[in-house]
Amino acid sequence: MTKKESKEMQVQQQEAVAAEDTERTRQRQCFVPRADVYETETDVVVVADIPGVTNKSVEITLEKNVLIINAFRSSSIPEGYSLAYSEYEEGDYMRSFRLSNEINQEKIDAKVKNGELWLNLPKVEVAKVKKIAVKAA
Amino acid sequence: MNRLYRPLSVWREMDRIQREMDRLFSGYSPSAHRAAPSYPPINIWTKEEGQVITAEMPGIDPDKIEIDVVADSITLSGERNPDPEQEGMIYHRRERNHGKFSRTIQLPFMVDANKVEAKFTDGVLQITLPRAEADKPKKIAVKSA
Repeated sequence: MTKKESKEMQVQQQEAVAAEDTERTRQRQCFVPRADVYETETDVVVVADIPGVTNKSVEITLEKNVLIINAFRSSSIPEGYSLAYSEYEEGDYMRSFRLSNEINQEKIDAKVKNGELWLNLPKVEVAKVKKIAVKAA
Repeated sequence: MNRLYRPLSVWREMDRIQREMDRLFSGYSPSAHRAAPSYPPINIWTKEEGQVITAEMPGIDPDKIEIDVVADSITLSGERNPDPEQEGMIYHRRERNHGKFSRTIQLPFMVDANKVEAKFTDGVLQITLPRAEADKPKKIAVKSA
């Protein structure tokens, strides 16, 4: 790949999770994390931006091909200070995806680094095509 | 008659489409309820002895964040690299952004540059900016004649 001139970064607005029939028990904002989803021959990979969340407060469930990501952010108010100006709000993150591939549930790998969630979902191996050699009579 | 109450799911679908559209266009129009700030989005916390700036910058290598303090202003700059391309990789969606950024914030006081502290945890940068001793407000005692 040729190196592209990198562009100036833009601020992406936080998007709140749409109201549903059921309410959340926690009384704080919940955002839809921005995510990239890509597929390779063997895996489906989901990368999501969840700033402020440690690796211990992420919950991932996969049921019937529906992947649900729940991430809870702990409050980080500097002690003794009061908020004077604000451009972003702290909140939890929630997002779900319907996957089209069958996933090997036992080999799901997830990690959180620098506020990014990286989720590797290996596809179920398709039965390998057997080659049958034709013998000459 | 029963059918009349069925289309609820249609509205839900409409909501979903609207959300997708909002997400698509959010980069092009200035936000209605917030002035379009530059990257990274920050919060400023204050007290008498100084300020704390917190900035949300997920996915950025902390070693590549540059912080420059000059007199009463602070500049944050760096770059977020896109994920490396792999053989046979097909993107289903790409919503996370990447690129270079540089932002200067002017503070209402002179900063003691030697005492500035910065830490980066889970994609959130926190910079503590103490007010310079010479810039601190002086209490003046009123003498009675």
